[in-house]
Amino acid sequence: MGRIVLEKVTKKFEHVEVIPPLDLTIEEGEFTVFVGPSGCGKSTLLRLIAGLEDVTSGSICIDGRETTSLPPAQRGLAMVFQSYALYPHMTVRKNIAFPLKMAKMDQAEIDRRVTTAADVLNLTDYLDRRPGQLSGGQRQRVAIGRAIVREPSAFLFDEPLSNLDAALRVGMRLEISELHKRLKTTMIYVTHDQVEAMTMADKIVVLQAGFIEQVGSPLELYRAPCNRFVAGFIGSPKMNFIEGDEAAKQGAHAIGVRPEHIKVSATEGAWKGVISVSEHLGSDTFFHVHDTGLAETITVRVDGEVSFDHGDTVYLTPRDDMIHRFDANGLRI
Amino acid sequence: MATQHSRSAARLMMAPAVMLLLGWMLVPLIMTLMFSFKKYLPLRGGDLGWVGFDNYIRFVSSSSFWPSVMTTLIIVGGVLLITLVLGTLLALLLDQPMWGQGVVRILVIAPFFVMPTVSALVWKNMFMDANYGLLSYLWEFFGAEPIQWMSQASLTSIITIVSWQWLPFATLILLTAIQSLDHEQLEASEMDGATTLKRFWHIVLPHLSRAITVVLLIQTIFLLSIFAEIFVTTAGAFGSKTLTYLIFQRVLESQNVGLGSAGGVYAIILANIVAIFLMRIVGQNLDK
Ligand SMILES: Nc1ncnc2c1ncn2[C@@H]1O[C@H](COP(=O)(O)OP(=O)(O)OP(=O)(O)O)[C@@H](O)[C@H]1O
Ligand SMILES: [Mg+2]
Repeated sequence: MGRIVLEKVTKKFEHVEVIPPLDLTIEEGEFTVFVGPSGCGKSTLLRLIAGLEDVTSGSICIDGRETTSLPPAQRGLAMVFQSYALYPHMTVRKNIAFPLKMAKMDQAEIDRRVTTAADVLNLTDYLDRRPGQLSGGQRQRVAIGRAIVREPSAFLFDEPLSNLDAALRVGMRLEISELHKRLKTTMIYVTHDQVEAMTMADKIVVLQAGFIEQVGSPLELYRAPCNRFVAGFIGSPKMNFIEGDEAAKQGAHAIGVRPEHIKVSATEGAWKGVISVSEHLGSDTFFHVHDTGLAETITVRVDGEVSFDHGDTVYLTPRDDMIHRFDANGLRI
Repeated sequence: MATQHSRSAARLMMAPAVMLLLGWMLVPLIMTLMFSFKKYLPLRGGDLGWVGFDNYIRFVSSSSFWPSVMTTLIIVGGVLLITLVLGTLLALLLDQPMWGQGVVRILVIAPFFVMPTVSALVWKNMFMDANYGLLSYLWEFFGAEPIQWMSQASLTSIITIVSWQWLPFATLILLTAIQSLDHEQLEASEMDGATTLKRFWHIVLPHLSRAITVVLLIQTIFLLSIFAEIFVTTAGAFGSKTLTYLIFQRVLESQNVGLGSAGGVYAIILANIVAIFLMRIVGQNLDK
């Protein structure tokens, strides 16, 4: 259950084409993440799948069933919104039971499912509270609870963790991943946080201005980004791009090296530069190196124990096997 | 120290205003209370001394007392019902994106700016007149006998007129409430399989409950004392005499200030009973 196929889907708002013709297949049970910069159409794409927006053209099939013109409720999908969208006047129990009540399920079955969901999500103690009396993380869990009781064929998440603080976000990230392992239901997850994308996804879809730039597993995208946009978007800190002679030597218009693939030395190396800022994270240290004559700044990521200071001259050596080469159109060579 | 100083200074500064307001309210109240225990007939002998609870007993035992209370409640209840139901529907309608929204919204609010006396006269003469009112033409167009609105359907007429005046208020408050409803909640309920009707019942209406109580409370306070609309239409005839109107008649038409004052005290008590009920409901609603 939960294979979603989009064929030549487009979406126009008035006369602006937000989604140009787009094909995408999401396999059964897959955890798919949509990433991309703000405004690239991630939410729009998710809402098209959910049925909250109508496609301008193209078709959406869910489990082989043509659903393009079906209303949201009949597509068998459940959605978790960024603002949680809980019903403020209902208790947690009623919130979770709402979709079942709308489906006219009998009360005994409703109770059973709500209890199970509350159990899974550690909400048992809060069932009689209202959303206003819960913390952000608990609200998020209620929203997830409301989605899982329906036993949908796929879950849609639109930036569900962006309202939570950093620590809670890490926790919820794990919980959602665990939930996916347990339920084995298809999940589509929208985020602009590439750490979430890398850690949770089976498959990442990188979007830019409505176009799919690349689809692949997190490591595929990391190891072999198909163009400069994906190369720059996946990975943190960002990949360094070098154009000009240095790139020409490699037979490319531009080369890209990830910060973690550059060696730093005080005495010898391929490129010479001056450290402007060093950021110590404890486990790692990031150096921002200027005056290399290659690019404005080159970011280097090294072990936390290595220490250089502002103004120190250093030599940088990229790992030969980790250099990405791009042509004039930004495509990978 | 500093805050205590400035606090007492503030009290001192506010005192004149507070005293003025207090006097403004207390003097008429005390005078009403005083007159209600007196036999006071300005044109027939003036102040004729204390009479104890005589006025109170006479006011209640008058044959027009209970009918006037009933009339008051019917008018208030009728107007509340109409304005709330139509107000909700209109607010839902105005919330939809449509062409010329700004103009339509102003038009909907317009009746609120018309003075009660004027609007009642306009309704009475332009719409409800039995000979040349627009409604008579409408009735005749369908081959029906025109209704003598003021005499045959006096309460219906007054309720219609007052509802027309108060509908904008209800609509406006409910519209702002609807607009503050989180869109994602509606979308979530749509995903959850709720039909339009169920969405209204389970999501929109509970969201509006607070606004509805506010409308209920404010309108009741104002509707309990409507006067102009009755004065210029039926002048209290044909069973349209409210408590307020009865008091007016006692004081000015029969020139019995004592009796009218006793009625005034009853009106205060009635208003307070209603207010307590409403506050309870509001309190429960605002707690949530
Ligand atoms: N209802 C609408 N009417 C007109 N344009 C819209 C509408 N909704 C979205 N858009 C436009 O579509 C584009 C994509 O929007 P979308 O919300 O899908 O972006 P997003 O990728 O989710 O961004 P973010 O990460 O900021 O949430 C944006 O340029 C936006 O302005
Ligand atoms: Mg979005």
